[in-house]
Amino acid sequence: MLSAGLLVMSAPFLWMALSAFKTNAELGASPPVWIPTEWTLSHFSELLDKLNLPLYFMNSVIVAVLVTVCNLVFCSMLGYALAKLKFTGRDKVFALVLGALMVPGNLMLLPLFVLMSKLHLIDTYAGLVLPFAAGAFGVFLMRQFMQSIPDELLEAARMDGAREWYIFWRIVMPLVKPALATLSIITFLGSWNNFVWPLIATNDPDKYTLPVALATFATDPNQSAGSNGMLMAGSLLVVLPVLLLFAVLQRHFTQGVATAGLK
Amino acid sequence: MSTTTGSAAETADKQAAPGTAKSPAAGPSKRRPDGRRRSMGVQNAAGWLFSTPFLVLFTVFMAFPIVATLVMSFTDFGLRNVTDPLSAKFIGFDNYTHLFSDDKFIKSLFNTAYFVVVGVPLTILLGLVVAVLLNNGIDRARTFFRIGFYAPVVTTIVAVAVVWRFVLDPSDGLIAGLFSEVGLTAPDFLGSTKLAMPSMIAMAVWRNMGTVMVLFIAGLQAIPTDVREAAKLDGAGAWQEFRRITVPLLRPTMLYATIITTIGYLNVFEEPFVMTQGGPSDSTLTVSLDMYREGFNFFHMGYASAMAYVLFVVIMGITVLQLRLLKDNTK
Repeated sequence: MLSAGLLVMSAPFLWMALSAFKTNAELGASPPVWIPTEWTLSHFSELLDKLNLPLYFMNSVIVAVLVTVCNLVFCSMLGYALAKLKFTGRDKVFALVLGALMVPGNLMLLPLFVLMSKLHLIDTYAGLVLPFAAGAFGVFLMRQFMQSIPDELLEAARMDGAREWYIFWRIVMPLVKPALATLSIITFLGSWNNFVWPLIATNDPDKYTLPVALATFATDPNQSAGSNGMLMAGSLLVVLPVLLLFAVLQRHFTQGVATAGLK
Repeated sequence: MSTTTGSAAETADKQAAPGTAKSPAAGPSKRRPDGRRRSMGVQNAAGWLFSTPFLVLFTVFMAFPIVATLVMSFTDFGLRNVTDPLSAKFIGFDNYTHLFSDDKFIKSLFNTAYFVVVGVPLTILLGLVVAVLLNNGIDRARTFFRIGFYAPVVTTIVAVAVVWRFVLDPSDGLIAGLFSEVGLTAPDFLGSTKLAMPSMIAMAVWRNMGTVMVLFIAGLQAIPTDVREAAKLDGAGAWQEFRRITVPLLRPTMLYATIITTIGYLNVFEEPFVMTQGGPSDSTLTVSLDMYREGFNFFHMGYASAMAYVLFVVIMGITVLQLRLLKDNTK
């Protein structure tokens, strides 16, 4: 039963991967041909002629890496403060984080676009990164993990005269490495797959991220007309790195989703 | 003056310290009181310093836009106001009254409701079934299955939508091929006003089931094994165990999964954007897609803001309602 389910779940992926290598005749064959009899790379070369994929790939990587690093630092900082520092207004800040978790992202799009236009950040990496530089989910996750660090350890460091920044950076951060790994993967994949904001915040095709470039290509009838092969090749190239990354690191990923979901 | 009193008090504290530190009645803190006091001040400052980056980003990129959307929804904000926001005119509730006489918006509300009402229960149910099966069954292959069921979640929606468009293609798609093998002609799934939305729901369920599954697996693993064993000793069958033990203990997970899935589906945008552009004849136009179009294609940004707020209020209302209904059922 599970195996049948798994087959249904992965069928579209298999279909995509195999179709990318089929000739046009086999792509349109009825009944459908699963395994190409004649493997071809022509769709990939044709696609690379039309779309500057390496550029979009780099754009996606740069944005995702910047977003991830910012989130690791900023979310950990606030997570540490919420878990381990007693300060006036802490409960209010935490309530704010919880509230932010619930606000749908689409609510902010219009003024965010106006704001970014005014700041001349449309078509810049900063414009793509800043709105996602610190997420409430990350704060929540880091707080959950940091709460399990014994207070005695931090007290001992404080008694030895350690400053809070030193305690955070040298004692707490190394202890929560698994949580940092979890947050990195979730944030990186989230940014990699993000579509709506990059779609809005870029007009210049040279600044497109992979999903925006692929969507623009897929919905433009002049470019992609009649070439399912090219579209499958493109989808495969967008999906493959993510699937590999996920397969290798899935334990961290699912653990993060589960941790945030339980409390 | 005050510094003198401060240090005097600290000296007094210091003298009292050895006694308090040794006494077990002193409470959880083993710190000397002067240490604690200094640490309290430092922690207060540090707490705020550590909060600052997040709070600044939150204020600029979230709090401000949330308020700005509300303000914009009462104006005739248009293309020219992107460079000159202050010249937008206040028009009161005009956008809102206009919304509820706008057939396209009513249709998008209906479509979104359809998507949620059919999609959420299917996603939750299938996610639960797979989680229970995975939790009871085969140990070795669990990781393998988990990856298989979760893969759609971690892939770019755009690529997924492109693939599904291809799978559903009436002339040379995968499903059309399966139909023709048994001698039937496949319907034009995405070209039919009746079938476009169900197709999109099928894709969304396929895609989001994995998230729910992971939540349920975590929930299932949190159920102590002795509870299950006790039930078995009392002669409970598999179904009884599921109904009497698993389901009640999974309630918090169920609540969380239902709420996040509902919020996600109420916001549905990418699927129709990439697969159908809202068509045919607006049958897959959702509120978010309508908002995007009004805002970024036609630059009716004031009007689109009003839409965003109506959706926001609907989401808040439904979330609160779900919290009430599902929480009360636990008692």
